[in-house]
Amino acid sequence: MGFRILPKEVESLWTLFTAPVIWAVHFLVCYVWAAIYCAKKGPIDAGFPLLRGGIGAATIVALLLILLAAYLAWRQWGFGVVDPPHDQPDTRSRILFQGFATLLLSALSFVAVIFTALPALFLEACFP
Amino acid sequence: MSARGTKKGGGTAKAPGSDDRQKREAQEKRLRAVWKSPSGWRYWTSVNNTDIGVWYASTAFMFMLFAGVLALMVRTQLAVPDNDFLSADVYNQAFTLHGTVMMFLFAVPIFEAFAIFVLPGMLGTRELPFPRLSAFGFWSFLLGGVFVCGSIFFGAAPNSGWFMYPPLATSEDAGIGADIWLLGLSFIEVASLAAAVELIVGIMKFRAPGMRINMMPLFAWYLLIVAGMILFAFPPLIAGDILFEAQRLLDWPFFDTSRGGDPILWQHLFWIFGHPEVYIVFLPAIALMAMIVPTFAQRPIVGYSWIVLAAVGTGFLSFGLWVHHMFATGLPTISLAFFSAASEAVAIPTGVQIFVFIATLLAGRVIFSVPMLFGAGGLAIFVIGGLTGVMVAIAPFDWQAHDTYFVVAHLHYVLIGGMLFPIVAGLYYYYPLIGGKLLSARLGKIAFWLMFVGFNVAFFPMHLTGLRGMPRRVFTYPEELGWDWLNLISTVGAFVFATGVLVVVFDAVRPKGKALDASRNPWNAGTMEWATPPSENWGMRSIPEVKSRYPLWEEKELLREIDEGRWYLPDAQEGRREALMTSVLDGEPQEVFRVPGTSYLAFICAMTLGGVFIAMTYHAWWLALISAVAFFVALMGWIWTGTGQIPEKNEKDVGRGLKLPLYVSGQPSAGWWAMFITMIGDGTAFGSLLFGYFFYWTIHEDYTAGLPGPGMVWPLVALGLFVAAWLIMIISKRLNSAGRVGLFRLALVASLLLTVAGSGAGLAGPWLYDMNPELHVYPAIVWTLVIWTVAHAGVGVIMQAFCLAGSFAGRLTPRYDKDIHNVVLFWHFMAVTAVFTFAVIGLFPRAL
Repeated sequence: MGFRILPKEVESLWTLFTAPVIWAVHFLVCYVWAAIYCAKKGPIDAGFPLLRGGIGAATIVALLLILLAAYLAWRQWGFGVVDPPHDQPDTRSRILFQGFATLLLSALSFVAVIFTALPALFLEACFP
Repeated sequence: MSARGTKKGGGTAKAPGSDDRQKREAQEKRLRAVWKSPSGWRYWTSVNNTDIGVWYASTAFMFMLFAGVLALMVRTQLAVPDNDFLSADVYNQAFTLHGTVMMFLFAVPIFEAFAIFVLPGMLGTRELPFPRLSAFGFWSFLLGGVFVCGSIFFGAAPNSGWFMYPPLATSEDAGIGADIWLLGLSFIEVASLAAAVELIVGIMKFRAPGMRINMMPLFAWYLLIVAGMILFAFPPLIAGDILFEAQRLLDWPFFDTSRGGDPILWQHLFWIFGHPEVYIVFLPAIALMAMIVPTFAQRPIVGYSWIVLAAVGTGFLSFGLWVHHMFATGLPTISLAFFSAASEAVAIPTGVQIFVFIATLLAGRVIFSVPMLFGAGGLAIFVIGGLTGVMVAIAPFDWQAHDTYFVVAHLHYVLIGGMLFPIVAGLYYYYPLIGGKLLSARLGKIAFWLMFVGFNVAFFPMHLTGLRGMPRRVFTYPEELGWDWLNLISTVGAFVFATGVLVVVFDAVRPKGKALDASRNPWNAGTMEWATPPSENWGMRSIPEVKSRYPLWEEKELLREIDEGRWYLPDAQEGRREALMTSVLDGEPQEVFRVPGTSYLAFICAMTLGGVFIAMTYHAWWLALISAVAFFVALMGWIWTGTGQIPEKNEKDVGRGLKLPLYVSGQPSAGWWAMFITMIGDGTAFGSLLFGYFFYWTIHEDYTAGLPGPGMVWPLVALGLFVAAWLIMIISKRLNSAGRVGLFRLALVASLLLTVAGSGAGLAGPWLYDMNPELHVYPAIVWTLVIWTVAHAGVGVIMQAFCLAGSFAGRLTPRYDKDIHNVVLFWHFMAVTAVFTFAVIGLFPRAL
């Protein structure tokens, strides 16, 4: 079939951490960008809307990536056909468990990214 | 070579025959001899996880009692206004040491101790992969701990608070106590990193066959996450310690504002460690609860995946909280708000865990026992601490409560509820595994109520004292401020609480009569650690295949089969300690792993490395040098004789028709993982130093202060040489695999020479441009990065020489090539370090 939009399912422990890593990168981008901006530009500056817009854009990107990770996790979970606890001694059960846990972590990361972005929604300056 | 074993024949147990018993007894005799702890004074050279675990836990408890006495002294001093029980200076030392010891010498080590003791059994195996590393960690911890604690008897204890803020802690007033704190604890942090490596490799690669990641006991999940957190949390503190000690020892002005430094950098580095630290001590305690709750509900945990979500989620989010300790430092409001938001978000996964426990208890038939009492009481206390945590996570509230007794109350509710009570629950629960005796239920209940009531009487009033404005760390207060009766109540509560702790201690150490003999699995638990007999050192008599999350509940015959040696590795024909190495996801057997046995080298390494740190504290440079050389020799002896041994045969029949290789190199092997994990931690420390470089850039208009930099040419030459050395290392591994041993040795020599040349070029930049690190923070941080890189190059050169020697000695061959795989892995990280260092110091000043 050649081209595929979504990546194939991968067998790895690390996929579990996809969404939290996206949260961490988004968090760092917001914090570092704001910190450098506020340290280098002084307290009141016309560039603040740019910072807020940038954080908004980064947030949208992060949320979309988490949604993608969540979709892949949902697929790994077999689209939720089998209910937990996924404790059978076979590979399928292990894969379903990974999918479900990854999906839960995606949901948590989604909420946490929104939490992180809220300050940029409400604050209008480094030191308002 | 292939890592997968070849499986022949079926897997059903044979019917017991007549000479079966004789065979079993012969096997047991051999196993017992192999796993025996040495006797007499040599007992202290033991590396058995059961010995080390008990020593480790007992030592941590001793330090806890010591710090508890300090706390009682503090409470006595504060009982009445204008008290003169302690002088201000002794008071400062007492509270500093109390916090330091509780956090560094009790909270973190006690979970390492529990893990070393109980994890191999829980994973259904015999030992953690690097028992000598556990022993090294224990002896380091003991030496460093005694050194730090002992200082107070000489009036030389650290006295600037457990987080050691400069400029107070860099001032003359801090005295030698600050050095004792920095060097003593750096040494213990090394031990913690060693434990993290041990635990991660153990959990990922040494589970019983068939224990897929969805079958792992939740304790193992938590410990995996916690060990991962240690890798990212401790190195920033080590980086901070390096900068701090460089300032104290060499007058490099990292935190001195008059020469471009900034004390806030220390606060960042400390709390990037310090906040995850709270979760590093909380998660293992909650992990104990995740084992205890199902046992006393007599049913599997409800929401296994949700616990994994909570553990992983908390692990990540806890790294986004550190600035909430710095709300009052004047950082931009928007920065505070990010951390405030993350601090609120972390309440979600924390809450999930509590609800999972409640759901499990509701769904099962609860047996109220002493472990449950301590667990439930602890969670109740912790929830209150969590709620005040949500309050102080709100920046405007924190500005009111900052540095008051409100915060003291909050942190004790979190730590004692979230950590101490569950630990005591774990002590009562796992005590039968140590010597086959139960602790007294009656004394346990008395202890619980004394501790629970005493704790609340001591700490609840502190919320009010704090809101009434009492700052933490004042050694006394005048009468008219309205703090006196609240403080008196707190002091009374503290002594009641301490009485409860003493009851626990008495119960644990008193001789116990026959009445308290425990059966094999006294609580009727479902997990594998209860299959290890307390009277034997071998852990599992034979290593079973695990088919469920609670094997002892669901496979009724399993325990008998394990004990009769019907599973894997029931014997020790070659007289070697052995365990099975399995794959990360599905627990497929990959290798018979020869576990290193009894050795005094770990002890010598710990003592000599400790000698380096202690001698440095007192500026005894010759002694430090001698200790360093002794450490190096012992370490090389350890690695040469203890790792990468060529087995006497290629593969071994482990029972049930399964044949497994005895030597696996590269990515599936335990050594590869240990190197990988160590270097992740090392990379984090490097990242923290780089963070320092850019931090100084952000706070100054011109961070170079007009001083000369290292130029562009020398750093770029160094960069090129290091990249070349790295490429040749990669090629050398291929040459060795291809059997071209001569060329392989030549490549090693070439790479070694390039590394030396690269180090010279790296040092030439700051040297030739006369960068004086005492003058200003810019030359100081450049020197720090270069020295860090060159020191790593030194380690790289030693590794290259080691491989070369191994090749000539015949222990590193095209077939047996563990060493070169691991060394090349080191070199990947080395190359990244060199590229970043030299690109940043050479190019960044030009980019502006």
